[in-house]
Amino acid sequence: MFNKNNITLSSWIKQKGNEDQIILSSRIRLARNFKKIPFPGQSKKEQLDKVVSKMKDILLNKNLKINGENYKFNYIEIENVSPVKRNMYVEKNLSSPEFVKNGYGKILFYDQDEKISIMVNEEDHLRIQILLPGLQINKAWQIADKIDDIIEQNTEYAFSKKWGYLSACPTNIGTGLRASVMVHLPALNLSGNINNLFEVVGKLGLTVRGIYGEGSESSGNIFQISNQITLGSKEEDIIDNLASVTKQVINQEQTSRNRLFSEREVFIKNKILRSYGKLKYAYSISTNEAMELLSYVKLGMEMGIIKEIDSLLLKKLFILIRPAHLQSLIGKEINSEERDIKRAELIKNELNVKGGKI
Amino acid sequence: MLCDKCKKNEASIHITKYVNDEKSEVYLCEECAKETGHIDENDVFSFKNLIAGILNPDTKDYEFQQGEVLKCENCGLSYKEFVKEGKVGCADCYDTFEDNLLPLIKRIHGSEKHIGKAPEDMHKYLRVKEDIKQLKEEMEQVIEEENFEKAAELRDEIYALKKKIGSD
Ligand SMILES: [Zn+2]
Ligand SMILES: [Zn+2]
Repeated sequence: MFNKNNITLSSWIKQKGNEDQIILSSRIRLARNFKKIPFPGQSKKEQLDKVVSKMKDILLNKNLKINGENYKFNYIEIENVSPVKRNMYVEKNLSSPEFVKNGYGKILFYDQDEKISIMVNEEDHLRIQILLPGLQINKAWQIADKIDDIIEQNTEYAFSKKWGYLSACPTNIGTGLRASVMVHLPALNLSGNINNLFEVVGKLGLTVRGIYGEGSESSGNIFQISNQITLGSKEEDIIDNLASVTKQVINQEQTSRNRLFSEREVFIKNKILRSYGKLKYAYSISTNEAMELLSYVKLGMEMGIIKEIDSLLLKKLFILIRPAHLQSLIGKEINSEERDIKRAELIKNELNVKGGKI
Repeated sequence: MLCDKCKKNEASIHITKYVNDEKSEVYLCEECAKETGHIDENDVFSFKNLIAGILNPDTKDYEFQQGEVLKCENCGLSYKEFVKEGKVGCADCYDTFEDNLLPLIKRIHGSEKHIGKAPEDMHKYLRVKEDIKQLKEEMEQVIEEENFEKAAELRDEIYALKKKIGSD
């Protein structure tokens, strides 16, 4: 019924990481452009081709060794891939939603573990991205720095002494660095303190977004925190700032969880177990409702209320229930009413055993 | 999925509303979401607004002063197009539109100077580091030979190189 051979899950989804009760993933993104070629928005087809072939030369048919680990790259051409498959890359955060829209010369490179992905000919020639499970923002930067060096040794980047790495959008110049963490904050959200937190975070040069980045809504109490500005700070300082604020966010969420369980015990236990019940017995369920219920089940598991579920199963379910993954598991495109029914079935199946089936 | 309101465009925005604890879900296209106030333009398009806000008032004056429309010679992007989209077309645009970009960049980043990683510096840095390593070996060699005059020379040379790349 659900064919797991139709999907591959990134290592950030399959593996555990530090602080992963609250931090789902850490991400580094670098915006880079080649010297002398106009940015993709103003490029001609043959210029876009040039960027693609250069990147194929650099990345394909070899093992790239970065910090002692081997990376072997593969790629897809966006225009040659079905919409469902494209959206899978968005759902597992390897691509931006903008990138998978039709467009000439758009290529997505990714390694065997899907830790590194490179969007070619998005708004910039290159968007280099590292994605790791849990709180590993420093490690992600070390990998990004190295792959950036490797590319730079084989080409020349558009760079200004004054304004650093140049980008199609002036908001990204300088380091071109966007460091972010994906956080799961059910208790802060339930206690109504989340907006206060975001206000404080904003004053510290960081910004909070929904799960697919700019302009997207939050779902399942999941948010992204990232640095706001890219020019005028060193990469290491941007990362240190994010890491130290993230640690504070973890503390705040922990405190809120403890408070919920001591001050509103009946309310929270009821919420968790009702969520679990709905997930187990619903006949039809939307992505957003499922995300929300999974969020409370995850909280329940982490607070010791629900014992029979594996934490990695929940992390996988957060991704598998999304429309493109669900349809890939089934092997065909179906409408949203059918999806909601299949989604409920998938969740029911997976919650049956400790580690799940997929 | 099609937009719930116009039933024409692909829905890109999903809204969950709670009224008296009752949950309702709406799928809208960007246009309809804006129309019904579900997208706060200030929020989603803040950067475009920011650029327009900062640059638009001056556009007319600027063109008037120039006597013609300012255009990047390398990629062909006009100043007008830049203001409209908030995106530049190539590296040269940063020179062409420098006077207009500078206040914008200052306002976005609160800074106008990059101090992070740099490609050229990396090569230079690595080369100088290699030179320092060699000079150090040479210095140890001459110290062993008790040629202290030469050692002092090498020491000064190393010092100068270290200063050049800002390491100690
Ligand atoms: Zn509509
Ligand atoms: Zn240009």
